[in-house]
Amino acid sequence: MYQFSGKLKTLSIILTVVGLIGIGYSFYSAPSSIEDAKEILAHQSSHGDDHGSNHDDSHENTSHETSSHDDAHHESSTAHHEAPANHHGSAHDHSDNSTKDSHESVESHASAESHDSHLEHAFHQLQNKPWSALYVALFFFLGISLLVLAFYAGQRVAQSGWSIVLFRVMEAITANLVPTSIIMVLVVLAASVLHVNHMFPWMAEGVFDPSSPNYDAIVDGKSWWMNVPGWTIRSIVYLAIWNAYRWFIRKNSIAEDTANDNQKTYKKNYNASVIFLFLFMITESMMSWDWIMGLDPHWFSTLFGWYVLASLLVSALTVIAFVTIYLRSKNAIPGINDSHIHDLAKFMFGFSVFWTYLWFAQFMLIWYADIPEETTYFVARFNEYKLPFLAMVVMNFVFPVLLLLNSDYKSIPWFVVLGGIVILGGHYIDIFVMIMPATVGPFWSFGIAELSALLFFLGIFIYTVFSAFAKANPIPKGNPFLEESEHFHYYNIEHRGEGSGNHH
Amino acid sequence: MESSKVIHAFYNDDEVLLDAVKAVKSEHHHIEEVFCPFPVHGLDKAMGLAPTKLAITAFFYGITGLSFAIWMTNYMMIQDWPQDIGGKPSFSWFENMPAFVPIMFELTVFFAAHLMVITFYMRSRIWPFKKAENPDPRTTDDHFLMEIPVHNNEEALTSLLEKTGAVEINIVDKH
Repeated sequence: MYQFSGKLKTLSIILTVVGLIGIGYSFYSAPSSIEDAKEILAHQSSHGDDHGSNHDDSHENTSHETSSHDDAHHESSTAHHEAPANHHGSAHDHSDNSTKDSHESVESHASAESHDSHLEHAFHQLQNKPWSALYVALFFFLGISLLVLAFYAGQRVAQSGWSIVLFRVMEAITANLVPTSIIMVLVVLAASVLHVNHMFPWMAEGVFDPSSPNYDAIVDGKSWWMNVPGWTIRSIVYLAIWNAYRWFIRKNSIAEDTANDNQKTYKKNYNASVIFLFLFMITESMMSWDWIMGLDPHWFSTLFGWYVLASLLVSALTVIAFVTIYLRSKNAIPGINDSHIHDLAKFMFGFSVFWTYLWFAQFMLIWYADIPEETTYFVARFNEYKLPFLAMVVMNFVFPVLLLLNSDYKSIPWFVVLGGIVILGGHYIDIFVMIMPATVGPFWSFGIAELSALLFFLGIFIYTVFSAFAKANPIPKGNPFLEESEHFHYYNIEHRGEGSGNHH
Repeated sequence: MESSKVIHAFYNDDEVLLDAVKAVKSEHHHIEEVFCPFPVHGLDKAMGLAPTKLAITAFFYGITGLSFAIWMTNYMMIQDWPQDIGGKPSFSWFENMPAFVPIMFELTVFFAAHLMVITFYMRSRIWPFKKAENPDPRTTDDHFLMEIPVHNNEEALTSLLEKTGAVEINIVDKH
């Protein structure tokens, strides 16, 4: 049995506490009034900040630079001084890069009132910053735990032989689903019921009310799906389904160890996993629309659910590999060998390519068609997020391909860890770039708020995962494929520390 | 001319064959060739064959395909008959690059796959109308054949092979 060491426990608690302090600080230092925001903006523009130039020189700037900012402005606070149809028209012109029209529309804003509404918008974005930092890290960790659960269910449904010795590792990681889900429920309620942040612009007052200046005809057309009660209930239902399966499968997987009932428990777990995978594929897509795509309520992409899935799946496989390599180094997993690591690395490699395929498929179709309401998404990212947006493609595609292409490297732990760190970093940036442009616009940075949110969830992750792993037998003794898994040997590699006599 | 006698040892199980190969190798005999009806995992390592370089050629064929695709799309779509791609008449290869990525991908795969197969055929010395080299037709059905050159050590080899579970041992003149 594995013992959750006191050192690791202390580390996880320190991470959580430091993270919590940092999160508290970032909320405390966020502007609480428009005057505060003004001060921050003035301070930033004196440093020649990106936003400062947008803010002050928007009349002189070319449409390319101002458009994304004004666009975002329209998207969330919606037209204060234009009719809805007119508003849409101007958004159209912006992304069309038609300099003349954009100038006109900028000029029509050039009133004191416009300046105030712009300031209010910037104020909301600054207020969103600590929320978004928390949300990115939360979604990242929640998604990873969820996808480990889905991968695990997939292994059960496929009745795969190789991965049985890793089942308890995967189960342990899914334990992190519980705290992240609880925090997610709180964030969901904070956004919808308490309405303490402005991350989801369609939740603003009057968006669905034709008589309101905030009225947004496009969002109103989607109100059968995008409405606050529906969104809140759906969010809680997704989390409930995932956690119910996790609770069931963990309990019955441990029951399998001692069941000795002619595989009746095993078959029951198989059936539950089939049902879960079906529900997961539906709820995962809907979750990605509700929690991520809803941040840009005008924009849509039909493969977005797959795209989010790919990003989280490759991260999930990387996390399984990390936890496995760590536990193996503590001799905590009996029966594990290099071939298991090799297979995990193959999945990391394969799903990295899969992610790139979806990322590019989404980009190329939108680039090719060049429809303004679709291109806004990429315009915002190419303008203000160019570095992270392009760096993540290198980190998530070029780097894993070069590092993990060679078969021999896939079972060398430090190679897998090196590749994995870049993959995890890249996919954190991916989630970051999915969320931040819609919520904080040009004010993004990676500072105390973002880092402490990551540390906070990392601390929780370490605590829940390793204490869950310590609570059960490290290998599922009752699984009928355990023997196969222990003898698993990918023929093309040598197991380090074994002679060639151990082949076949 | 030097004698070119060889021993043909027949086996009817791949696991037995694999153990036999290891036994023969551990006695430091050279195994000329093993004929199998299907690929036996681990046989190349047991025989002490060098790892295949086919993967390296595949990488370079892929690079060749990628380069060819870049040249081809540039020639066809930009130079020879400039095309307005997706309403973006920039006539620049780089600015239209996203449209060419599927072509680049497909030709990379096409070149790597086809040239790798052709390389494999040439390296294995098989081509259309080539006469089969396997010494016994049973190796295409249910028997495995190990071929060992003889250097005046027939008895020693025969007794060793008998111990390894060979179902038939023949000494034949090669050519």
